[in-house]
Amino acid sequence: MGHVLREGLQQVVNGLSMGSVYALIALGYTMVYGIVKLINFAHGDVMMIGAYVGWLATSRLHMSFVPALLLAMASCALLGVIIERIAYKPLRNATRVAALITAIGVSLFLEYGNMLVASAQVRSYPPVLPSVSYKVGGVYLQYGAIVIFATTIILMILLTLTVRYTKIGKAMRAASFDKDAALMMGVNVNSTISATFAIGSALAAAAGVLYGAYYNTIDPLMGIIPGLKAFIAAVLGGIGIIPGAVVGGLVLGLTESAVSALGASTWRDAVAFLILILVLILKPSGLFGKNVREKV
Amino acid sequence: MLAIEDVHVYYGAIHALQGISFQVNQGEIVTLIGSNGAGKSTSLKTISGLLRPKQGKIRFNGEELTGMPAQKIVGRGISQVPEGRRIFANMTVSENLDMGAYLRKDKPEIKKDLERIFAIFPRLRERKGQVAGTLSGGEQQMLAMGRALMSKPQLMLLDEPSMGLSPLLVKQIFDIIKDINAQGTTILLVEQNARMALSVATRAYVLETGKITLGGMAQELAASEDVRKAYLGA
Repeated sequence: MGHVLREGLQQVVNGLSMGSVYALIALGYTMVYGIVKLINFAHGDVMMIGAYVGWLATSRLHMSFVPALLLAMASCALLGVIIERIAYKPLRNATRVAALITAIGVSLFLEYGNMLVASAQVRSYPPVLPSVSYKVGGVYLQYGAIVIFATTIILMILLTLTVRYTKIGKAMRAASFDKDAALMMGVNVNSTISATFAIGSALAAAAGVLYGAYYNTIDPLMGIIPGLKAFIAAVLGGIGIIPGAVVGGLVLGLTESAVSALGASTWRDAVAFLILILVLILKPSGLFGKNVREKV
Repeated sequence: MLAIEDVHVYYGAIHALQGISFQVNQGEIVTLIGSNGAGKSTSLKTISGLLRPKQGKIRFNGEELTGMPAQKIVGRGISQVPEGRRIFANMTVSENLDMGAYLRKDKPEIKKDLERIFAIFPRLRERKGQVAGTLSGGEQQMLAMGRALMSKPQLMLLDEPSMGLSPLLVKQIFDIIKDINAQGTTILLVEQNARMALSVATRAYVLETGKITLGGMAQELAASEDVRKAYLGA
């Protein structure tokens, strides 16, 4: 009995660390969707670029974990702003499907562009996080898992404070709700959208570095599956809703590790997509979505 | 203060404003009346920069506003209370008011204005922590007006403030409009409720299918046979 419990807790730990990565990526999906109503399918690839910047910083520039993380976040923030300006802004008033197809184009561009620059070869992260584990009540807590979880929590607290209390956060919420009304308040909607892309991309980069440091290997196509999973997480929580992305990510991570624990790890991805289908059929607005009615 | 000269606005192929000219002087309440689709809201949106005129000029305190982006025009001292209020329903009453002061940096002055707005609309103070989407229609109108006042405008553009409100509330809102004007804010008011609008306005213009057909002192227009027949139902 004790064994089953320990095994269960171990899977919870695993699920939470993978779920944190999903949550960090899902935040960018959901924030961008909230403000420009675009599913940015290149978002998983921004995470991949973040992982590569982190790899470059640690293996070539011999930086330690935190500076590498910050460098990757800053570079991807810039990348996100550039992608938005070049690829999405000209299509802001075009049909949604045009923007969606462009996003897929950007995704392929980043994947194969990076293959050209960094080659398709799998790279391994230098051991930036000590590979120690702590045994707590029979459960192994890996140092890396703790770092992932703690980094995610810190970033989420910062994000929440930013969105709730700062001027740019309020402008983001106002512009997500009604762009013309935000303009009437004097909000520069273009720079607010840029800021949203910057923040979302920085979070994805953090996810990329954490992923690389924890799972060790990275490659130019590594962003596809976590990107899709994070999309599922965002939809599960309710697309456009920030706390929903976090909960969606963690729930998805936990579900996947539960599936693995039951010995069906090859079914992990299938279960994730099954969740997407079920959410879309049963509650398309997601766990946190509700129909906000506006009184007239 | 505000001068509109021969402004033409199109929605695609539709010629919505066909060369309108009018002006608003400091301290006045000027109203544009007219039926649905005459171009009243279009006029306001053009002044606030949400729409671009194809031809014509808009000048405010001598400065040319034509083509200036909407978010800059607020900073020049023109704020709009849009049709249908357009409050940020996902944010609290306080946050909505903060958004009104978005471009301002003078913290102590902002605080004073907030107090002033709470004095004009005590209901907003009672509900300041509440999410704005849960307010009643009248309260939302008050919030939209309070939010516009937070930018400390010289000129306030009001689009259909009476829409969807009970007669008692309409009366209350119009009394407040008079008060705001008496405290020094010039007002340009667009209304379908012509009777109410003419009763508070200094001057008025009648807009018909994109053209100004009449203009004059509000009292005179209210007495004119044509206006009475077409807009006052008498």
